[in-house]
Amino acid sequence: MIRLSVPLRQALARLMLPALIAASFGLMLIGKADTVLVERVRTRLADVVVPLYAVLSRPIGTVTDAIVELRGLILLRSENARLREENDRLRRWYDRALALEAENRALRRVLNAPADPTPIFTTARVVADVGGAYARSALLVLEPNHAVRKGQVAVDAAGLVGRVSEVGNRSARLLLLTDINSRIPVLVERTGTRAILAGTNAPRPRIQYWTGPEQPQPGDRIITSSEAGAMPAGLPVGIVREGRTGLEVELFADLDRLDFVRVHDFGLSGILSADQSVRPAQRQRRTGG
Amino acid sequence: MASPVARPPQPRGFWARLDQLARASAPAALAVLLLLATGLPLGSAAREGGMPMTPLASVFFWTLYRPGLMPPWVVFGLGVLADLLTAAPLGVNPLLLLLLHVGVMTQRRALAKQSFLIVWIGFAVFASVLLALNWGIRTLLSLTIQPVAPGLFECCVTIAAYPILAYIFVSLERSLEPV
Repeated sequence: MIRLSVPLRQALARLMLPALIAASFGLMLIGKADTVLVERVRTRLADVVVPLYAVLSRPIGTVTDAIVELRGLILLRSENARLREENDRLRRWYDRALALEAENRALRRVLNAPADPTPIFTTARVVADVGGAYARSALLVLEPNHAVRKGQVAVDAAGLVGRVSEVGNRSARLLLLTDINSRIPVLVERTGTRAILAGTNAPRPRIQYWTGPEQPQPGDRIITSSEAGAMPAGLPVGIVREGRTGLEVELFADLDRLDFVRVHDFGLSGILSADQSVRPAQRQRRTGG
Repeated sequence: MASPVARPPQPRGFWARLDQLARASAPAALAVLLLLATGLPLGSAAREGGMPMTPLASVFFWTLYRPGLMPPWVVFGLGVLADLLTAAPLGVNPLLLLLLHVGVMTQRRALAKQSFLIVWIGFAVFASVLLALNWGIRTLLSLTIQPVAPGLFECCVTIAAYPILAYIFVSLERSLEPV
């Protein structure tokens, strides 16, 4: 340790606080001005903490699973009846789906239409719910040589969850649909009306800016729209519900209990592309080549 | 009470030094661990801003009782870490925590002697003011009005969690050598 005289040490100690407060404001400026740098530092940190979370989230997962199991045991009878009823219903749908698939295949053969490409996906474990009161995001743990890129779409078993907003070597940050910064182009399935699904940090995002005269009605199914090439079309999102402040969407995805998500590469450029902050001239060259 | 700039007696020998280093860094390490713990996926309550802001409690406690172990640069570092981890706008948490540090430093002589209840009320006042400021800064930085309810909830949870956190801090404080 460097030996300093007592008055100098006292002066330094007194200067430290104002200097650090000034540094905080400096950081705010940097955070506003150089988002790429901040993002790089953030992903580095996420890469470091994600293995730690991956270890810690296992016992917690076991405990939550046990609680769910226990609740399942208590509600066994009613759950059984509900499942039997649902099974009957799904069996009818299954028959119908098989018939439609056969018909679809036949029609495609007639038209010589190419089949939709099967999307490539990576399954990732959600290890941390970071964000606090003002953001809705989650950290994913990934293998070192993963194929997850920024802007890719994450779905759980039931529906759309969110989009990848930052990617590191071993981690990725997922911006959930409920985050206040999330805007997703969607389609009202019944009417074909295009709209925007806007997160509000509340559990149900709001539906806004629909085109055309027909307003989405409570009960309508919402799916993604391929508007602007940001999303693959037709992923299930949720059901329109009447909220306190307007129309909201009850999500199919269970954002409260995210264990695994599939991150899909639909081969779309996305509006959150990696070269978002590159100068326009460079971007043009990249898209051209 | 030692002044923050007084130099402690230099320990002799490698192990004594290591021991002293471990003791000196224990509060900061605990604060980092508690911060990381708030990110664990604990279910739906945690999603609605229902996790306490543990850095507030850490900085408050150690500034109040052992300011030598929570120097300003540790406060600053903890804030930056919190910003990066929660993807908050950079600089918000360091500013809030440093303001808390300054605030507690000025009230230290009066507050440190009080009973736990008074100290808790003191923490509640500091936390409310700072989290209101947090809302204001975030609204200014993003130029959109942020929702109030999650912030309010977070404030309540932070205040409610203080006794539990203080219990952990006190048990660590007792294991450290007396000042």
